[in-house]
Amino acid sequence: MRRYATAVTLRQFAHTHTQAQARTHARKGTEATVVRTLASSASPLPELTQISDNVQRGNYAQLNDKDVAHFEQLLGKNHVLTEDLEGYNICFLKRIRGNSKLVLKPGNTQEVAAILRYCNERRLAVVPQGGNTGLVGGSVPICDEIVLSMQRMNKVLSVDEVTGIAIVEAGCILENFDQRARDVGLTVPLDLGAKASCHIGGNVSTNAGGVRVVRYGNLHGSVLGVEAVLANGQVLDLMSNFKKDNTGYHMKHLFIGSEGTLGVVTKLAMLCPHVSKAVNVAFIGLNSFDDVLKTFVSAKRNLGEILSSCELIDELALNTALQQFKFLNSPISGYPFYMLIETSGSNGDHDEEKINQFITQGMERGEILDGTVSGEPGKVQEIWKIREMVPLGLIEKSFCFKYDISLPLRDFYSIVDVMRERCGPLATVVCGYGHLGDSNLHLNVNCEQFNDEIYKRVEPFVYEYTSQLKGSISAEHGIGFLKKDYLHYSKNPVAIEWMRDMKKMFDPNGILNPYKMLN
Amino acid sequence: MISLMFNSVATPFWEWQRCVEYNLWTPNHPLSYLTISAVARKKMARVLVGVKRVIDYAVKVRVKPEKNGVVTQGVKHSMNPFDEIAVEEAVKMKEKKLASEVIAVSVGPTQSQEVIRTALAMGADRGVHVEVPAAEYDLLQPIHVSKILAKLALDEKADLVILGKQAIDDDANQTAQMTAAVLDWPQGTFCNKVEKTDAGLTIAREIDGGLETIKTKLPAVLSADLRLNTPRYATLPNIMKAKKKPLKKVTPKDLGVDTTPRIEIISVEDPPVRQAGAVVADVDALVAKLKAGGHI
Repeated sequence: MRRYATAVTLRQFAHTHTQAQARTHARKGTEATVVRTLASSASPLPELTQISDNVQRGNYAQLNDKDVAHFEQLLGKNHVLTEDLEGYNICFLKRIRGNSKLVLKPGNTQEVAAILRYCNERRLAVVPQGGNTGLVGGSVPICDEIVLSMQRMNKVLSVDEVTGIAIVEAGCILENFDQRARDVGLTVPLDLGAKASCHIGGNVSTNAGGVRVVRYGNLHGSVLGVEAVLANGQVLDLMSNFKKDNTGYHMKHLFIGSEGTLGVVTKLAMLCPHVSKAVNVAFIGLNSFDDVLKTFVSAKRNLGEILSSCELIDELALNTALQQFKFLNSPISGYPFYMLIETSGSNGDHDEEKINQFITQGMERGEILDGTVSGEPGKVQEIWKIREMVPLGLIEKSFCFKYDISLPLRDFYSIVDVMRERCGPLATVVCGYGHLGDSNLHLNVNCEQFNDEIYKRVEPFVYEYTSQLKGSISAEHGIGFLKKDYLHYSKNPVAIEWMRDMKKMFDPNGILNPYKMLN
Repeated sequence: MISLMFNSVATPFWEWQRCVEYNLWTPNHPLSYLTISAVARKKMARVLVGVKRVIDYAVKVRVKPEKNGVVTQGVKHSMNPFDEIAVEEAVKMKEKKLASEVIAVSVGPTQSQEVIRTALAMGADRGVHVEVPAAEYDLLQPIHVSKILAKLALDEKADLVILGKQAIDDDANQTAQMTAAVLDWPQGTFCNKVEKTDAGLTIAREIDGGLETIKTKLPAVLSADLRLNTPRYATLPNIMKAKKKPLKKVTPKDLGVDTTPRIEIISVEDPPVRQAGAVVADVDALVAKLKAGGHI
C-alpha cells in the first residue's frame, strides 16, 4: 500500500515546531481553545487517504441533517462544527487526510455518553481526537467519521499535594497539567516534545512514552484510575484514588494503549511525583557505541536513583538539526555519538557531586571525550532544546521514513549501520536517536523525494530485522493507521485473534476509531 | 565620548573632515606623535570582565511574603546572560591574540565565586572576588560597583573593561557607564561588534535607529549587548582546569571603596495581574464597548 505516496506533494512544506503552530482562537463566544493550524498556507494538502490508500468504507450510516440537528440540540450550535475542518482532518505529519464533515466538542462525560449512544444506534463511525499530535494517523478520520474532539474537557479537577494524586479531564493539554501540578510542587510523570499541544487523554490512550520513562516508568503504572465511555454510551467508571486496589480485573489497563478503539477516555486519576529540586543535565560526546553502552551502565550504577533521562543522538541527526535551526547552540561537535543524561534529585550538592564523579570517571576511562554539565535551569532548557529539535530537523526539508522501534540494547544501533549500507546513495541521511534508557530507537531514513526504490529497500526490511531480534515495531508511537499491516511482526496470530474478539465485545458495531490498529 | 586615533599611517579624507570638525590635532602634525597612547602600537590588551550572580533567567521569580525583596533562598542562580556574552568576547580576543589575559571579577557574597568559576571554565585566566556580605549586597548599587571595578582596573593594569550591558535582576544599565566616568575612559556601550585596530577599537553600537559605528582608543570600557556573540558552553576539560585557576579574594575596604547603602528598599510588589481580555462578535460591538469603557 502506497501510504507514503501522499507525502510526495508535501516535500516542500515548511515545518515549525509544535508550540509555534498552536494558536489560540476564540470561537463564537466559547472559551479560548488551542487549534493547531496548518504549517504554512503554501503547503499543499495531502490527497484524501480514502482515495490514495484505496480504503474500503465500512458499513456505517451516512451523516444526514437530522443527525447534525440532533447534535446541535445536544451540545449547542457553538460546539458542533461543519465548516473549516481541515485542522481536524489532517494528521500531524500531513500524511493522512480524512473527509469528516462534522466535528463535535462535548463539554462533559454525559455529553460524550449521549453522543456515543446515538452514534451506536445510528451506526455512525466516530474518531476520538485529542491534540492530534500522533505520528501514525490514529487520531484523524480516514473516511467520513465524525470527529469527537476532547478540547473542551480540559480542566484539572484537583491536585492533592500530599498524596500526589491528580484528577484531570482527558482534554487537558499536557503542559497545562504540568504547570498546575508544579504550582503545588508536583510534576506529571510524562514528558514529550509535543507537550504544548497533546492531551493527557491522548497520551494515556496511546500509552505515550517520552523522555522520562527510565525514571517514572510508563503510564500503566502512573494512571490510577480511568473513566471511559464505551461504544454503546455506557460510562465505565474505573476511577480510583489509590495505588493499591486489587478488586477484580484491572480493566483500566485496557484503555491505556488501545488508541481509542475500545472506549473514549474522559477522566483520569494520575499519580504525580514530586518536583525535583535539583536537575542537572550532561551533554557528552563519545566515539563508539561500545562506549555509549559502557557509559549507560556507569550512569545506572553511579547515578542510579537520580537518573531521570538517558538519550542518544548520533552525529548525523545532530548535524541536521543544527543546520536547520540556527538558533540552536550545541556545546560540542564532531563526535560520532552524543548522550544527554539528566539527573533529578532532592539535594543539588549531592547530585552535582555524583554527576561530576560519573563524568570524571568516564573521562579517565576514555569513554566520555568531551561535553558539558550544568544545573542552571536556563542551560538545562537550552540543552534539552537540542534533543527536542532533532526529530523536527529531520522532517524539515526532505522526505523522511520514521521508525520507532524497540531493540535489544546491544543491537540498538546496529540497524542504523545496516540501513545505511542497504540504502546506499538512495538515502541522503540515515541516522538514529532515541531513548537509550528504554532501548527505544527512532530510526530515520531521509531522501530527497519519496520514491518506490528506496521504499522497497527500507520496508519491510526494517520490520523483519526488528522482528528477528524479537523487538517491537512500534515502541511508543502506536499502530494507528500507518502500522496496521505490521502488527503481526511483533504479535503472534493467537494474540491478534484475541484482540479482535475483545474489540468485537466492546464495540460490536465497530464505530470507535475504525480502520485503525487491527486489520 | 568619541575620540580619534592618529597614527603614522596616512589618514583617509573623511577622517581629515572629522579632525577639522572636532578641532583636533590633524594627523602628520608634528606633535601628534606625542599624543599617541602606548597601546596604539601593537600590544595585547589585558581585559577585565565583570560577572554578576543573578537568579537564573529560566526561573520564575517570586516576591517574598514580607514584600521586602524576592525569594533567593534555594533558588537557582547563574551568571547574568549579558555577562556571559562579555566573557565570551574577552575569551575570543584572547584566542585571536588580541588580549594577553582575561580577569573575571564578581562583587557579592561567597556564592559569587560560582560565577567566577564559570567564567574561568569559559576561558578566563584568573578571578577576583570582591566579598560583600549578603545584607549589604542587597543594597549595593551600580555607583558602588563602578568604583570597585574602576579601582581594580587600575590595580590590575587593565586596558579594557568589558561588562554586560545590564543585569537581569535590576535592569539598571548603569555600571559600565559609571565605571568609564570614574576612570575617565572612553565607553562603548551596547556593543554589537568590536574590532581591534592599530588605532584602538572600532565598535558598532546598537541604538534605536540601527547601528552606530564609533572609534575609541584604549583603555576603554565596553558593555556587551545581546547580538555581540553567542557564549560558549563551559566544556568538561575546561571545567576541570578552572578548579585550579587562581581566585583572589578582596574586600571593598581593601580597595578603598565605601559601600555604605545610599538607598532604602521600601517595598517590593508583584506587577498587577493582567486582566483577561474579552472577545466581541463584530466591529460595532467593539466600538460600543470602547465607548462604554470611556476609551473613546
